[in-house]
Amino acid sequence: MNQIKEILNKYPKEEEYLIEILLEFQASKKNHYISSEDVSVISKYLNIPESQVCSVISFYTMLSMSPKGKYVIQVCHDVPCFVNSANNIYDKLVEELGVEDGETTEDKLFTLEITECLGRCNESPVMRVNDKVFVNLTPAKVEKIINDLRGENK
Amino acid sequence: MIEMKVISKRFGKVDPLSIDSYIKHDGYKGLEKAISNHPSHIIDEVEKSKIRGRGGAGFPTYIKVRALSKEAGKKYIVCNADEGEPGNFKDRMIMENDPHSVIEGMIIMAYATGAEQGYIYIRGEYQIAMNIMKETIKQAKDKGFLGKNIFNKGFNFEIEIRSGAGSYVCGEEFSLIESIEGKPGRSRTKPPFPTEKGIHNLPTLINNVETFANFPYIITIGGDKFAQIGTNSSTGTKLISLSGNVKKKGLYEVPFGTSIRDVIFKLGKGVKDDRKIKMVQLGGASGPIIPEYMLDMSIDFDRFENFDSKTGTGAIIVIDDRFDIFDILLTNMKFFVHQSCGKCAPCREGHIQIVNLLNKFINHRATEKDLMSLENLANVIQQTSLCGLGQTSMTSIISSLRYFRDDYFAKVRY
Repeated sequence: MNQIKEILNKYPKEEEYLIEILLEFQASKKNHYISSEDVSVISKYLNIPESQVCSVISFYTMLSMSPKGKYVIQVCHDVPCFVNSANNIYDKLVEELGVEDGETTEDKLFTLEITECLGRCNESPVMRVNDKVFVNLTPAKVEKIINDLRGENK
Repeated sequence: MIEMKVISKRFGKVDPLSIDSYIKHDGYKGLEKAISNHPSHIIDEVEKSKIRGRGGAGFPTYIKVRALSKEAGKKYIVCNADEGEPGNFKDRMIMENDPHSVIEGMIIMAYATGAEQGYIYIRGEYQIAMNIMKETIKQAKDKGFLGKNIFNKGFNFEIEIRSGAGSYVCGEEFSLIESIEGKPGRSRTKPPFPTEKGIHNLPTLINNVETFANFPYIITIGGDKFAQIGTNSSTGTKLISLSGNVKKKGLYEVPFGTSIRDVIFKLGKGVKDDRKIKMVQLGGASGPIIPEYMLDMSIDFDRFENFDSKTGTGAIIVIDDRFDIFDILLTNMKFFVHQSCGKCAPCREGHIQIVNLLNKFINHRATEKDLMSLENLANVIQQTSLCGLGQTSMTSIISSLRYFRDDYFAKVRY
């Protein structure tokens, strides 16, 4: 609760800071989502209806109201990555994780998502794990990244 | 050498996190010169330079700048760094390698137009660029280039960073304005244009990152000299994001008028594994797809206007002959289904139907009637959508129907 207040107090009580607040809220949580309690706290702080907060969350793909894994893996699938075998990267992730686009592994460690262009087309194919971007991927590199992350959480 | 480094000249040479390093490399010289003149002089120089917006649409910049300068009262300047168009990474490269050039361009514009508040709207995925720009603003403030009474000239200017949150359409100016106001990014009807009614219904000037980075250079060398670079209709240089199946993907800067073929073969060193080029997509997902025989076309806004698209961003995506035109079209169209904000019907419903029609071709179940439906629907979406998304998303379909018609016929069931 203190952490929540700390975040809110950084922002003026103005509606235009809603997206900034939501992004910071979400980043502070290990499951990368905004709970309905959070929505209620934010709406009270900014003095706007909860429905307005929810409509913003549902519009932006980076914001979520359902919990995700500790690591959110986003694979780019747009043309520059697609023509550089992004399919193989996605297939490898499906094989490694046993989940598909939009799903979270049972151990709540990984969420797999297909995402829009990450603006790293000069190093395609690419994927993002939380804030970190991995470039020039091969299926072997993907396997190593996943194993390393699993190792850190043993 | 076909490269000409103006905007990218400091890349790799300056420490992006050091304002002193930027100043040592002639940074803030354009600003110094700008403020020693009357604001109207700067707008005259921008007009003489004939620079057109680098975000894609290629609108003559001075018209917007002059319009904003004539508005009284509170007004805003926005740097559009919501670079979401697939195949583009030039704005990210500018922010990560030479961030102060963007800030300098914004301050020059603030002085020219009398705006006291600026925003940089950066897409949420660009975390590194965002952190760099935040630090850059802090450093510019510490040096007195931002804040109150800048250079003792009695003018004030502050810049705030706003983060996107994963929405392609927010690169469209009115969607971006809505997003800065903290709302879902759904566009507004034009007119009024942003320079009349933008953020909080106040006059707002929106330019692309690369456009802002050009201002210090224009002021330093003068508008007339700038206008000598490039072609008659497109002056200056262009950053080109080269991607796809080329040997050397990357960012290159060339004067306008350079041919696409030269960029691909001289700078990109040709196609990977020496395969043949099947097609090239220009500008990004909302750009045209052209066949190999058209590559001698030069990079020039007037040429690109024939495609009614946002080709002017300068992305070149090379696709080799392992790929079918429908693979690429379907990838593009699924992208737009996902990115439509849902406000207007042609865009919201139209893209879904386009995907259905494409699937019919892919599965060899299309008839000649479907070909006509595809063509008609693409035109309807382009002509009746509310904002730039639907107005340009059909460019790849329409251009493919023109240049790859045989590929369609090959899939039609008779």
